[in-house]
Amino acid sequence: MNKITMLSFENITHSIDSWLYATFSPTIALLLESLIVGLAVIGLFTLLGLILVLMERKVSAYMQIRLGPNRVGYGGSMQTVADTLKLAMKEGLTPDGADKFLFNLAPFVVIVVAMMILAPLAFAKGTQIWDLNIGVLYISAVSSLSVIGILMAGWASNNKYSLLGAMRSGAQIVSYELSAGISVISIVVLTGSLRISDIIASQQDGWWLFKGHIPAIISFIIFIIAVTAETNRAPFDLAEAESELTAGFHTEYSGMKFALFFLAEYVNIFIVCAIAATLFLGGWMPLHIGHWVEFNRVMDYIPSSLWFIGKTFFLIFVIMWFRWTFPRLRIDQLLKLEWKYLLPISLVNLLLMTLIAIEGWYF
Amino acid sequence: MTKEELKVTLEQLLPSPAFEEGAEWTTVVIDPAGWEGTARKLRSAEGLKFDYLFCVTAIDWKTHITMVYHLTSTVYRHTVVVKATLDRANPVIGTVSDIWRTAEFHEREAFDLFGVEFKGHPDLRRLFLTDDWKGWPLRKDYEDPVNMIKL
Amino acid sequence: MIEEVGTTETGDLVINVGPQHPSTHGVLHLVITLNGETIKKVEPHLGYIHRSIEKMCESLSYRQFIYVTSRMDYLSSHINNHGCALCVEKGMQIEVPARARVIRVLMDELTRLASHQLWWGAMAMDIGALTPFFHAFREREAINDIMEETCGARLTMNYMVPGGVMADLHPNFQKRVIEFIRFFRTKIDEYDELVTGNIIFKSRMQGVGYLSPEDAVSYGCTGPTARGSGVSCDIRKLYPYEVYGQLDFQEVTATGGDCFARYKVRMQEMRQSISIIEQLIDNIPKGEFQAKTKAVLKLPKGEFYSRVETARGEFGVYIISEGGTTPYRIKFRSPGFSNLSALDHMARGHKIGDLVAIMGTLDLVIPDIDR
Repeated sequence: MNKITMLSFENITHSIDSWLYATFSPTIALLLESLIVGLAVIGLFTLLGLILVLMERKVSAYMQIRLGPNRVGYGGSMQTVADTLKLAMKEGLTPDGADKFLFNLAPFVVIVVAMMILAPLAFAKGTQIWDLNIGVLYISAVSSLSVIGILMAGWASNNKYSLLGAMRSGAQIVSYELSAGISVISIVVLTGSLRISDIIASQQDGWWLFKGHIPAIISFIIFIIAVTAETNRAPFDLAEAESELTAGFHTEYSGMKFALFFLAEYVNIFIVCAIAATLFLGGWMPLHIGHWVEFNRVMDYIPSSLWFIGKTFFLIFVIMWFRWTFPRLRIDQLLKLEWKYLLPISLVNLLLMTLIAIEGWYF
Repeated sequence: MTKEELKVTLEQLLPSPAFEEGAEWTTVVIDPAGWEGTARKLRSAEGLKFDYLFCVTAIDWKTHITMVYHLTSTVYRHTVVVKATLDRANPVIGTVSDIWRTAEFHEREAFDLFGVEFKGHPDLRRLFLTDDWKGWPLRKDYEDPVNMIKL
Repeated sequence: MIEEVGTTETGDLVINVGPQHPSTHGVLHLVITLNGETIKKVEPHLGYIHRSIEKMCESLSYRQFIYVTSRMDYLSSHINNHGCALCVEKGMQIEVPARARVIRVLMDELTRLASHQLWWGAMAMDIGALTPFFHAFREREAINDIMEETCGARLTMNYMVPGGVMADLHPNFQKRVIEFIRFFRTKIDEYDELVTGNIIFKSRMQGVGYLSPEDAVSYGCTGPTARGSGVSCDIRKLYPYEVYGQLDFQEVTATGGDCFARYKVRMQEMRQSISIIEQLIDNIPKGEFQAKTKAVLKLPKGEFYSRVETARGEFGVYIISEGGTTPYRIKFRSPGFSNLSALDHMARGHKIGDLVAIMGTLDLVIPDIDR
């Protein structure tokens, strides 16, 4: 028992926290803690970028009957490092006539938004940067800000087709945010709280996907479709992959700025999968089934961080699977899907969920 | 219709046609001046209904240029070959791109490579070569010291 | 690759697409007039790969000119060569032995399968599904390996000669083809399920690019482009050559007239090709693989036309001979040339995203058009 509790992050974060507050004055301790957290987030970003890009390339390769990167490092593991080095050494061109301030600002807006969303997420038991009482609302609100970064990039490029691509992308993201938001609300209705730790705690006796049965499953499916569209992934990637006819919003970017956009896209995928895992699959909560005490105790042996990572990466794999299986939707089909199908279904589903929550018809 | 029946029908239909013997299909040589009217008759006449123009060729015979049109009917499955002899110095013939839409591209090709002018063509420009190319490359007297190698 | 060429008086946008494409169509330059997202006019600009093959053939002998045609429609190289060989044989009244005829048909059908596989992979890639491309190329590799053993080359297989084929089949040929067919039969149903049944794919292809049967004939379209509109024009059935008259296969037509119909026609054609190969592979007659002909061929004075069914449509070879050792004039009637002329008619009124789907179903190979 002792060995296992030592492995949990909760102890590490707790001990660092108490040591800091014991040694320094509260202000300095807070500052130092913020510094440590900031460095940890940047470190996490880098690590995630490395892992996810490689994962995408390997997953796509195995689905396409080929091997993917396997030369650089053991089994191709250092491939992303090599790519990042290459991008860092590239010449960062700014197009003539581009709005310099906005052009340089856009990638940073996108990255900062991604970093901010990491704040309320719980990675393991006790490992949460900021457990604010409106956690879910904060995530929804901040993720909307990324549209500004995209529009900035399209506008500041001084390229008609970048602007068209950015506007299409923006329209797509804003539309699908509605369905995603309503799916999130349907879980909040069940939990009765916007706080992330409350939502996870309410899944102590089973994940909402199973407890909430039919409406929760519908919410989950709509959420996954909506976030695939929000992160501009296939099959909704027409703004960037239809580059034969309309250039995407980040065409004029090269070198490190492009690397930031690229990184932000992959970290966004991680974030939305983490949110889906938290809301529907219990976050770091192990799989518990009601009051089967013995089963629950066995499940508890597996550390919570592993549960979280397992669920998130499974959802990331599913989203990557979509990309390499489905063809692309046209822009009018894309928007029709959202406004005519997903939004009405999610509204009806929300009503259904509220009815179930009031009557108590869930597990 | 068979070759002989076609020959008989065409003799009645067209003004003074001449026939070439010994070819695989009925071959009729017409006067280029009346080509448009003849083409319309071939397209719509009962029993003929040549609706599919599958090959338009221009041949440079050094003294004259011949236009060859291969027509077939998807209804009766018979084929006819229409030839028209044009003056080499000023090859002009009427267009058939309003009767068979495929002729639009084929006639542009003939113009591009042989210099045959098609009266009434909606958009007679060079097709393969650049717009400022001088000369008609597929003619037998075309000289190009840079690109052509004489063995 | 996208440059605005200008605006017309009515405020329409004129843009260039190509000549370099991310898709595998070749060097096709389209000048598109757009009103917002809707296409008003598509004008192809050709000639980027014009090599004046017809003029070149006037100085090549009757044995040499056959192989230039492999470079025209490189995906149906056997079938193009076959058409030329047939024309020369028609002119010189050469009788091709039975074994050579069957070998030629086998090679033709294998080439048709390979060409349709590449078309399928490239079409799926254009629509956005990136994985079928790799599956298609895996099958193509198998066919290319079989061809390489017998013919010595993987793309431009100069195998047909007037009178038969250049060399006899490799001893492994029969075994490998039977194995390949067995494997491929299972795969083609899988592909149908993966791509054809996909709802996103269907919604991008159905109702897009309608071509009526009258227009198909008027524009001179042949092959699956016309058969998708219900026009019956399979040369193998209408004017049978070699052993096609004795084989049991169907001409595949569809009545939809849209992209999805043309797509389904090609998928069915692959199945028909498999059935043809299965009928022939066990009964290749023994005998000569090449008729005895003189080393230097001279066609008599006159004109000769022969036609074959390539993967794209009717390929016609029209030789005008003055009795010499080289042809006086050769005209190649290429299927892509006429199919392309229908693109403008089909694409009007559609969105840009649909243009990619329409071009995919036309199955254009630009060297075939430009010659």
